[in-house]
Order: sequence, then C-alpha cells, then structure tokens
Amino acid sequence: MPLFWLIMIVLAVAAAGYFLGRQRALASAGGNTRHLHSLPSYYGWNVAMKAAVPAFLLLIVWLLVQPVYINSTVSGMIPDRTVADNASRGLVMAEVRRTAEGLDNAVAEGTMTRDFASDMRADITDVTQRLKDAGQIVTSTVTQPVLNAAQRYRVMNATGTLWMSIAVIVLAFAGAFRGLREAHSDFRARNTVEQGIRAILIGAASIAILTTVGIILSLVFNTIEFFRLYPAWDFFTGLNWAPSFSGRGGSSDLGVLPLLWGTFYISIVALAVAVPVGLFSAIYLSEYASPRVRSVAKPMLEVLAGIPTIVYGLFALLTVGPLLVSVFGRDGLGWMQSGTAVMTAGLVMGIMLIPFVSSLSDDIINAVPQAMRDGSYGLGATRSETIKQVILPAALPGIVGAILLAASRAIGETMIVVLGAGAAAKLSLNPFEAMTTVTAKIVSQLTGDADFASPEALVAFALGMTLFVITLGLNVFALYIVRKYREQYE
Amino acid sequence: MTDATLNTSGAPRKGSLHVQDARTTRRNRSEARFKGYGIAAILVGLFFLAVLAVSIVRSGAPAFTRTVVDVDFTMTAAQVEAAESELFKTKAYQTVFIDALKSQLDESGLEVEVDNAAIERLLGKIGGDLRTFYANNPDQVGETVSFQLPASSRVDGYLNGRITRDSLENSRFLMATDLDLVDALQEAGIIKGAINWTFITGTDAGVDNPGGAGLGASVVGSFFMMLVVLFLSLPIGVAASIYLEEFAPQNRFTDLIEVNISNLAAVPSIVFGILGLAVFIQFMHMPQSAPLVGGLVLTLMTLPTIIISTRASLKSVPPSIRDAALGVGASKMQAVFHHVLPMAMPGILTGTIIGLAQALGETAPLLLIGMVGFVARGYPDGIMAGFTEANSAMPAQIYTWAARADASFYEKAWGGIIILLAFLLTMNIIAIILRRRFERRW
Repeated sequence: MPLFWLIMIVLAVAAAGYFLGRQRALASAGGNTRHLHSLPSYYGWNVAMKAAVPAFLLLIVWLLVQPVYINSTVSGMIPDRTVADNASRGLVMAEVRRTAEGLDNAVAEGTMTRDFASDMRADITDVTQRLKDAGQIVTSTVTQPVLNAAQRYRVMNATGTLWMSIAVIVLAFAGAFRGLREAHSDFRARNTVEQGIRAILIGAASIAILTTVGIILSLVFNTIEFFRLYPAWDFFTGLNWAPSFSGRGGSSDLGVLPLLWGTFYISIVALAVAVPVGLFSAIYLSEYASPRVRSVAKPMLEVLAGIPTIVYGLFALLTVGPLLVSVFGRDGLGWMQSGTAVMTAGLVMGIMLIPFVSSLSDDIINAVPQAMRDGSYGLGATRSETIKQVILPAALPGIVGAILLAASRAIGETMIVVLGAGAAAKLSLNPFEAMTTVTAKIVSQLTGDADFASPEALVAFALGMTLFVITLGLNVFALYIVRKYREQYE
Repeated sequence: MTDATLNTSGAPRKGSLHVQDARTTRRNRSEARFKGYGIAAILVGLFFLAVLAVSIVRSGAPAFTRTVVDVDFTMTAAQVEAAESELFKTKAYQTVFIDALKSQLDESGLEVEVDNAAIERLLGKIGGDLRTFYANNPDQVGETVSFQLPASSRVDGYLNGRITRDSLENSRFLMATDLDLVDALQEAGIIKGAINWTFITGTDAGVDNPGGAGLGASVVGSFFMMLVVLFLSLPIGVAASIYLEEFAPQNRFTDLIEVNISNLAAVPSIVFGILGLAVFIQFMHMPQSAPLVGGLVLTLMTLPTIIISTRASLKSVPPSIRDAALGVGASKMQAVFHHVLPMAMPGILTGTIIGLAQALGETAPLLLIGMVGFVARGYPDGIMAGFTEANSAMPAQIYTWAARADASFYEKAWGGIIILLAFLLTMNIIAIILRRRFERRW
C-alpha cells in the first residue's frame, strides 16, 4: 500500500504543478495568451513532466536495486559454517525471507511487539514459539544466524522503503519547483515538452532492446552456472536424459540429444501435416477460389490460429490420443502403448500450424506479379501447369521461408507437447512411442521450484538457451530468405 | 528457344478440333486433380476445426451442470433435540434424513434399499451440512425445507454416460447397488440436473474433490493480469510505434530496435517465462505466482505484436494529413498527437485487443513463474492483493486440471476451455466491430 500512496502523491504533485505552472505562465503574460511563447498548457505540462518523470525513474531504479543490495548484504552476514553441506546459500536466504515475513505478519497481527521483533538479543526459542503461535512458521528450524539475518533484513527493508519514499517525494517537489520557476512568458515551453516526449518515446522503443538483453543475460548467466556444475560436453553429447529426483546428486544424466531428437521428430510430423494442407489451401484460395468462397474459408481457417495452445494440448491428450490408440493401439495394430506419443503431438501441432503456413504462403503467392500468370496462360498452359511451373518456382524462396518460420514455431511450442507427447526421453524411430521435447522438459524442471542451485533445475536454462539459439537462427534465416525474395518484385 | 523445333513428337494434328485428343484429356484431368487437392486441403482444415469444436462442446458442456438431490425435508424440534443429545450428532441427523428420503420414495411407490453407507457414497457426509443449517436457522425447525444437495462426481458420471454399469468397478466410491438407488431416485424425480454455479464462481479444489472445483478465482487472476498487460503494453507499444514510424532517423540504433522487435515476435513464449523467472523472481525478488509478475511477462511477450499492428495503422494514415497539419503551423509532435494518432486509434485498439486475446490464452510462461492451478485456492481480498497475491490464470488452471489423474477433472478442463474461448470470442468480436465501425479507407 505505501507504494500505491507514493505513486498517488507523485501524481498529485504533478497535477498540482500542471495547474500552477499554467497559471504562473498566464500571469507573467498578463493573462493574454498571445504574449506567451507557447500555448498555456505546455507550461503546465512542463512542470508536470519535470515533477513526475524523474521521480518515477528513481522509484523504478530504487525498486530494482534495493532487493539486490539488501540480499547481498544480508547474505554476507550468514557465516559459511551455518550453510549445511547439502543446502545452498539460496535456500538459507529463502528461509531468512520467510522468517522476516513471519515477523512482519506477527507484528501486524499484534502477537509480537515492534521492539521484540527487532530485538537482536531475543531468545531464539521464545521467538520461535511466538511465531508458531501466530501461525507464521511451520518448520521449527529457525536458527540464531537466520533469525538475526531476518531481523537485519527487516530493518534494512524498512529503512530502504522510508528513504525511497522521502527521496522520490523530494525529487518530485524539486522537479515541480524547477518547472514552476521556468514558467515565464519567454520560456520556450513547447520545445522543452516536445523534447521530453521524444525522450520518453525513445525510451519506450528501447524496451525491445532491453527485453532481448534481459533474455540473453538471464539465459547466459544461469547456463554458465549450470556448466560449472555439469560438464558442457556431457550436456551436448549425452545420449541419456535421466535427472535424479532427489536433486544435487551427481547421478543425473542430462544429455540434450534425446530431447532434441524428440523436438525435431515431433516438428517433422507436424510439418508433414501442416505443409501439404496449408500450401494446397493457400494455392486454392489464391488461384481458384471465388471471392465468396475465399471470404468464408480464409477466416474459418484462421480461427485455428487464434485458438490458445492449451486447447490444442487438451485436444491431443483427450481426443486425438485415445482415437489413435483405438486404431494403432493394442486392440488395433498394436504399435502404440498409450495415447501420448510423437504422432499425437505432431498431428495436433500440424493442425495448429495449418493457418500459419497457409496465410504466409497466400501472401507470397499473391505477391507474384500477375504478368507472369498472364504470360503463362497466353502460352496455353492450364492453371495447374501455371501454378506448378511458373508461380511456385517464383514463390519458392518465400514458401521455404514460411516453412522455416512454421518449423521454428513447432520447435518452440510447449503446451501441446507437455500434454500430448509424454514425459520419457527416448531415442527411437517409432512415431507411436512417447517422447519428450526441450520445451516440455523446461516446464517440468522449473515448475514450482524456487531454488536454482541444483543442476537439475539449472539445466532448464541451458535447454532454454539451446531453444533460443535454434529458433533465433531459424527466424533470422527465414526472414533473410523472405526479404531477399521480396526485393525481386517490388 | 531452339528446343521447340527439336520437338518431333508433336506431329501435325489431324481430325476435328471438337474432339479432345489424348494429351488434352490428360492435361484437363491433371488440372481437375490439382484443383481437387486444393479443395481437399481446405476441407481437411475445416474438418479439423469442426472436430475440435464438437469435442470441446460435447466434452465441456457437462461441466456446467451437476446432479443434485432435491429433498423436501422436515425436522421437528424434538428430532433436533434427540439428535443433539446423541454422541454421534451428525450421524443422527443423517438417519433422520434417510428416513425422510425413504418415505418420499415409498410415496412414489418405489422399492429400493437405502442405507447410510450408500447415501454417504452418493451425497457425501450430509449430516454435518444439515446440522449446520439447523444451527444457523433455528426458525426453520419444524418447517418443510427444500434441500438441494450436490451428488458426487461419480453419480454425475453415471448420469451423463461417462461411467456405465459395465465399466463400474465396485469401490468405496460407488457400488453397483447404488446405481439401482440412483435409477429409482431419478424415476421419482428426486435426482435431477441443475446449473453448476460452483464451477463458474468457485475456486480450485483438492485432487479428491472434482465436484467442488471452480474457475472463478483464476478468472479473477487472469483479469488482474490483463489489467497489467493493458496498462503497460498499450502506452509503451503506442509510444514505441510512434517513435519508429514518425520520428526515428535512419541509423544504426533504429535498425537495432527494428531487428529486435521482429525477432522478439518469433521467440517461443516459454523463453519469456524463463526471462520472468530469472529477472522478476530470481533477481528482483517479486512475489512468486503473482498476477503482477504474470502481467509483466505477458506484456513483454505481447509488445512486439502490438507494436507491429500499431505501426501498420499509423502507416495507413495518409501523409496528406500530416502535411496539412504542418502546413497550418503545427509542430511535428502536434501533428502526430492531434491528428495522426486519433485517426489511427481504431486500428491500434483492434491490434491491442487481439494482442490481449493472445496473452489471455498463453500458458507456458505462467507455469514457469508459478501460476499453476492449485494456488488459486481463494479470491484475493482487495485490489492490491489481486495484483500481488498468489493466484492462477484460466489457461494455467485448465492445464492443472488436465494434468490430474482423476478423469472427472478432464470434464472441468473442457468446461474451462469453453469459458476461456467465450472470453476470447467476445474480445475478437469487439475487435471486429471496432474495425467495421471505424475503419476508414483513404
């Protein structure tokens, strides 16, 4: 709530600044707007902007830096010997945060006085008992260093928040005063405001860069951490995927090859469904269909693209899987053990990709100049001959690009494979066997895990890195092909 | 070009032009075949769509109804007193209830065995509910009260055909003899279907209670997440697009932004989940499973979509508008904000709604930041808590149900999908209406 009020206060200062600035500028021109350099509202905006923007920037930076700083300080307080062999510093810190939260809640509920909660020499058993009575902790292992760290954590948090509020409010007022002092009829308010807006626009556009940097940093750091615990060579060449469930054992086999094989196998099945259907739909829609058929069929196909992937996942698990089992399973051909298989996931993913392939190819086929078609018809070719021998060769680079984009989609798809493909990592050629993919394993290794010290959790980041590099490579290559092709006709 | 003269196979044509020769027939056949492939491809696509729609509606509809037992029931003050004086009080209430049920069955002229255990299997331990009711409403003692008691999910399954007499294995949950009782109750009109409000308004229930599971809390979670996405991605996306489309000079920095946006649009959604986990939770220590964090992750994910569609609609505003504004003395900034932006607004809103719809259906990144279904155990208390308290989202809740072993949850998952698709459909219809009403052709 304090954060909410802080934001409200800054906004109120900015709003008051707007009206005061506007009034002051008008007064300096003797109430005649024609003597002002800019429209009166620009003077107001100048004040409001100078009050709010630096204050909010400071707020954001402070909110980012404070937890990092406090964590590193408090973490340094915990002596090495208290960190048990089989635990990590991260786990102890989580314990510290939980205890601190427990103290906060206990104070809020009134079972503990403010002084008692921050008393450094408090008796450990007494504190534990009181926390338990307040229903704040379940584990009984609040040790003295953890308690002290938690108390320090609370104190630092409280003072940090207090200083943050003071600094932000002071900065807001200072900005408002600066703006107000400038509010004079000679001041070029419009130019200043427009420069400020321009800076904000640039900032917004740079968020795309920040996101990419964030993705790369978060992947790279954790991947390096993983390779420190697990040899990179074994990860990239291992033929076996068998993480131990206990965690932190050296007994895990974390080879990426079975996962990559599963990913590619499922993607190939998906493309084998999506490319023929999508491509022929696109050809029919752009070359044969009457406008009326087109106006009905195209949106209908595109509905398939708007359906969330969780729906396809459920469709794979509960409809397509059992259907395939009834044909290929024990009662039928005997090839299939259970509903989750490469075929199930691949088929459903193929359905999902149909509109993707068809609408991309449709655009590309439409971009082939009409003159080429007319030339072909003029020589007596039928429509299908024109398509096969003139349009498709001309559109081929673009279609290849579209297929590559679809492949990158298939490789990065998560929910369908999590629900439809199974959980066992296998190197097998049988498409009716359950296999698993890179994305499915990222989900299963990271879901519900708050601590990233074990190689079993960190491997997810290395998998994410692999996935990111592969899909990025495919996308860049596909866009390159598409762009190069487009230049020919435009 | 000289190849043509070398082709000696085509001898001069003889006979009437009205008779098709073999080659023309073959070419026409291949033409028809090719066209047939195209039609077949479209039909295959539409067939998949139809199968998907039918299986969603058919499997999901039962989630919205549930079986209730409708009993008119009177408990006199003496009975209440007698029950309260016993050692097993709730059991005594139950006995009274079963007697009432028996007499109701007898009135209808049906002869079935009713015993305590069977009723517990069908309705759960109802004695406690009855006792609470009479303790809270003492004025109802002696009056005839009509109770609607939800039947267990297995009775549901029997009545909608998921469980048949053949497939039923005797277990502590449901026995074959109970089905006779269910049939008799149905004949007497005591058991019947009703709308399952719990499913629409409730919260997630434990693994052993599919009947009590509801989507309500995760709808609220999704709602708060969409608020975050809307209030961050719309202004940021519009600002970024205005800069790139109207102000950006041709330089390296602009190129860098453009390349980044087009690449981010194709990054798999799960990578954004990893980003959220590493940056927002691991590094910045934001609360896990909070809709705020989910909203931030989805904002980053939808930004490229919104930027691309916003740029398209800014581009479609003709340059003459800008020229006219500049001509009468507006600054570049005024021309953009006073004239171009308002004209592009319908297109921008359409693109934003479609981006939001995409974000609403996204699951994978939410699983990584801990917004799994079983944390949606209650409604958040208050608006700030709605953003920061652990909650789930609709698609993540559906995933949690689908991943559970009990097949009764599958029905809930399909039902959840119907609700999710209803939201998406509404959003898309709004987008289409916006486009139809305000779209301008220049």
